[in-house]
Amino acid sequence: MKLGILIEEGPYNHLASDSAYNFTAAALEKGHEITGVFFYNDGVINSTGIMDPPQDDRHISKRWSELAKKHNLDLIVCIAAAKRRGINDDVLAEGFRISGLGQLVEMAINGDKLITFGA
Amino acid sequence: MSEEPTKMMFVMRKPPHGSIYAYEGLEVVLIAAGFEQDISMLFMGDGVLSLKKGQDTSELGIKGFAKTYGVLEGYDVEKIYVEKKALDDFGLTLDDLIIDAEAVDSATAMKLMKEQHVLFPF
Repeated sequence: MKLGILIEEGPYNHLASDSAYNFTAAALEKGHEITGVFFYNDGVINSTGIMDPPQDDRHISKRWSELAKKHNLDLIVCIAAAKRRGINDDVLAEGFRISGLGQLVEMAINGDKLITFGA
Repeated sequence: MSEEPTKMMFVMRKPPHGSIYAYEGLEVVLIAAGFEQDISMLFMGDGVLSLKKGQDTSELGIKGFAKTYGVLEGYDVEKIYVEKKALDDFGLTLDDLIIDAEAVDSATAMKLMKEQHVLFPF
């Protein structure tokens, strides 16, 4: 199946971000195509490379970066939501890119399903 | 892109000013409207408060966005549903809302959601 992923919550504060990651990794393992992972609302905060959790905790943005590298995943961060929250290209972790909401709508139109985590 | 327009419904469940979901959700609706798909909105639960007349955010120090719902018609987003139970719970009627909407019972709301290709929950 062609799946789009939408994340509406930030890292650590909500499990939604972890659930989205686990779901995405599992879907890829099962051979599904992920058309993109779109970060919206506080979800954009998942994209910063400057987060620095304790070493015995998971590093949420690094985990996404690694998954993206392995599977050529498109990690898209909404520009309007990002700008509001002080996120720009300077702080983006590897593998993330900033783009517009039109990308989310295209994911919704072109995929079989859009799965939302959070909100 | 597929030939058939994609049926996408925005399910608005959050009240308007306590968090940004209603506002940022509305921003997605306005962008999606440009793609000429089959768009609808369903206001459920606290979400109906977004449509209540007479909102005044001046003392909250935040920009109100209730007026923005008024442009939806111009964007051809005309399928606006509100859950009847939500209206009843808040003692509201369709006359209390800033835009024209259709009140639907919960069974109809569920049926409408089932018909969609994509649901966007906010």
